[in-house]
Amino acid sequence: MTDCYHCGQVAPSNIELTARVLGEERAMCCIGCQTVANAIVQSGSESFYQFRTDTNTTPDFTLDNLPLSVRQELTLYDNSDVLADIAMHLDNQTYETVLIIEGITCAACAWLIEKQLQQFKGVNNVQLNLSQHKLYLRWNQDNTALSEIISRIYSLGFKAQPYTPDAAQQQLQAEQKTSIQRLVLAALGTMQAMMFAVPLYVGEWSGILLQYETYFRFAGLFITTPVILYSARPFFTAFVRDIKTRHLTMDVPVSIAIGGAYIASVYSTFTQGEEVYFDSVCMFTFFLLVGRFLEARARLRNGEAGNELHNLMPRACVKILESGEETLIPASQVAIGDCIRILPGNTIAADGVILNGSSSVDESIITGEFIPLQKNTGDPVIAGSLNVENPLDIRVTAIGKNTQISTIMSLLDRASQDKPKIAQLADTLAQYFVAGVLITSVVVFTAWYFIDSDRAFWITLSVLVATCPCALSLATPTALTAATTALRQNGVLITRGHVLETLRKSKRIIFDKTGTLTLGQLTIEQTQIVDQYNEDPLRIAASLEHFSPHPIAHAFQHEELLPVTQLHNHVGEGISGVIDGLEYKIGTATFISTDMPESASPPDPRHWIALAQGDNVIAWFLLSDEIRPQAKASLQSLKRLSLQCELLSGDQSTHVAHVAGTLNIERFHGGVSPQGKLDYLAKQNPEDASIMVGDGINDVPVLAQAPVSIAIGSASDLAKTHADVILVSNQLARLPQLIKQAHKTSRIIKQNLAWSLLYNASVLPLAAFGLLPPYLAAIGMSASSLVVVFNALRLNKLPK
Amino acid sequence: MDIIFITVPVTILFIATAVAIFFWANKGGQYDDLDSPAHRILFDDDVQTSENESKTDEDQEPPK
Repeated sequence: MTDCYHCGQVAPSNIELTARVLGEERAMCCIGCQTVANAIVQSGSESFYQFRTDTNTTPDFTLDNLPLSVRQELTLYDNSDVLADIAMHLDNQTYETVLIIEGITCAACAWLIEKQLQQFKGVNNVQLNLSQHKLYLRWNQDNTALSEIISRIYSLGFKAQPYTPDAAQQQLQAEQKTSIQRLVLAALGTMQAMMFAVPLYVGEWSGILLQYETYFRFAGLFITTPVILYSARPFFTAFVRDIKTRHLTMDVPVSIAIGGAYIASVYSTFTQGEEVYFDSVCMFTFFLLVGRFLEARARLRNGEAGNELHNLMPRACVKILESGEETLIPASQVAIGDCIRILPGNTIAADGVILNGSSSVDESIITGEFIPLQKNTGDPVIAGSLNVENPLDIRVTAIGKNTQISTIMSLLDRASQDKPKIAQLADTLAQYFVAGVLITSVVVFTAWYFIDSDRAFWITLSVLVATCPCALSLATPTALTAATTALRQNGVLITRGHVLETLRKSKRIIFDKTGTLTLGQLTIEQTQIVDQYNEDPLRIAASLEHFSPHPIAHAFQHEELLPVTQLHNHVGEGISGVIDGLEYKIGTATFISTDMPESASPPDPRHWIALAQGDNVIAWFLLSDEIRPQAKASLQSLKRLSLQCELLSGDQSTHVAHVAGTLNIERFHGGVSPQGKLDYLAKQNPEDASIMVGDGINDVPVLAQAPVSIAIGSASDLAKTHADVILVSNQLARLPQLIKQAHKTSRIIKQNLAWSLLYNASVLPLAAFGLLPPYLAAIGMSASSLVVVFNALRLNKLPK
Repeated sequence: MDIIFITVPVTILFIATAVAIFFWANKGGQYDDLDSPAHRILFDDDVQTSENESKTDEDQEPPK
């Protein structure tokens, strides 16, 4: 057995595909990989294979056999109306746009794509952002059409789609930029303020002329003022907000310490007073901003895709005019009452009623049912579902916001608002801490006012400075950053900040079935041979099913197929054909039993398919959706972590009970609608912090509302954008690890909080008695922050 | 010691310049993607086709 040189999958032993790469014949696992490898070599970018540090993804299709929907989409990109929608027109047919690229595994992929696109005439700016998988492109439509550029990306084994970010995402990006600026200004300011503070510290030991002292104080003031005004601004705005809402957060003591120390230092500078704190002020600001920055980065999800609903819906569809002519129009121009044709393999563009034709429609993404439904003239179809075998002409009944799938979306909006807010440990702690510090300060000030009223203000200030919660504010973000980085390296992407905290409290984990616990593909689970027969029944079945586009057909695979004549497809029932002069039929029990009512009944009510020769049933094949390989072991370890496992599926068939039985899940429910799933979740005790694991569109609302939601990597984009956690590697075995990491993170956060509180509590008396010089306060603060950071780094390794 | 009356303003000027340059670079998007440029610099240009062919010829006689 060899692995495919291109994608690293096992290359089947029965086919011999190779491609000549870097002077050697390399094994390939499929035509797709071979075509892509050849395309890369022929275009002179062979060195890609030397540079790459990871194998590529297996391409779904090659340029020669692109699905019709993709081909239609490509031609649409050259339509000037569509182009105006997705790109910015600069001048003279020069456009600028951003594409989302799928399938990038390492830096060499970026190099390959940039290199290849630069060869086009008229393409004058290509830049691929590796962390976000976005391609910035500027090109001249007269020289090279966009469709040509995108086809090239497809030919290299990647997928591309125009990206249009929504307003919230743009704002997030702008905020991220500003926060880097604040951080850098604070860093440079801290360096310089410390430099100017050194002569002052030295001067305290060995004496300094008043003119020099005043000079360096002014220099410090000059450096610190922009840091206060620009870098520390978020603390002050939060302080004002907290005062208005009467809610104590960490920003309150932070603002009082920074603001107080700054104003006191300014006063001291002008009046030649006792002490200035410019270096400490800058350092506080810098440390606190580092904490916030790390936290924001850990919480910002990577590589998120925009166009949530758009990705699901086709961009083009065929409209049938009254004259009977067919034209290709952008899906956005479809109107109610139009007649559109949905070709096999295409996604249905709008809700409608079938006018003409009959076919199976795969609605699994919306309902979770794993077997496509048979639809005939007059039946309704839902936008977003997939037409499987025959062309359908439909009369459009609902478009855009009124489609059934959009109703799910509005359910989703409501659900995300209902999401229970779980107070974070650090926040609760901050409230007590803040109250404590403020009360102590008042007590210290009053006490010193009676002892020595001149020193009262300065000592109170040093109390505030000494208790400035730097280590405390770094305690949570550093631990979160280390934990999420470790998880991300192992294929678990955390997209919301509360996840690790909430997971710790979880007592229940609810799974969706199709595509989550199962692979979402039909396979033959069991074969029952009724009549001994000289030919392998599977071989006959595979030969009959070979040309069928129905998902059931994929379950029947055989290496050597028999020649079939008079092949006939009975939509929704089965297939008949003649092999070696004998007539065979394969299909549902009803398809077989219309001819012979008695003998043909399946062994049990599960999904059995019969193969019959003439009047005799030869064999029964039990089809089912295969359970993911690691599902059983993962569920067992989850149970050991005292989580209750449950199954909640939209599928109405008996398959739900079967899956639950195999995996030892005691509580399971089938045939649950998206609304039903929401209701079920609402009935659960919020204290249990239920975890929801799902993948389909029908899971999206419940994913949005669940205290913690986890989406499988192969899930729909919509499900992924609304999940708190994405299992990028599709491995359920990561789930127990994720829970363990959550527990470990919570332990480390608690240690960090305890340590920083201990530090603050121990310096408090020193400061209150007026025994703490400012430089010692600064050293103590840095040291305690370092302890917190190193403790957090222990989370870099994932628990086994 | 009076030299500090010149050196300190010069230091401040340096810092101001550094901050200005950083802000300008950040606004221009130079810090948006910190991963790809680091890798990109490591990649050479394409294997030249002629070079490539001569290399494959050599490969056919494996050194033993």
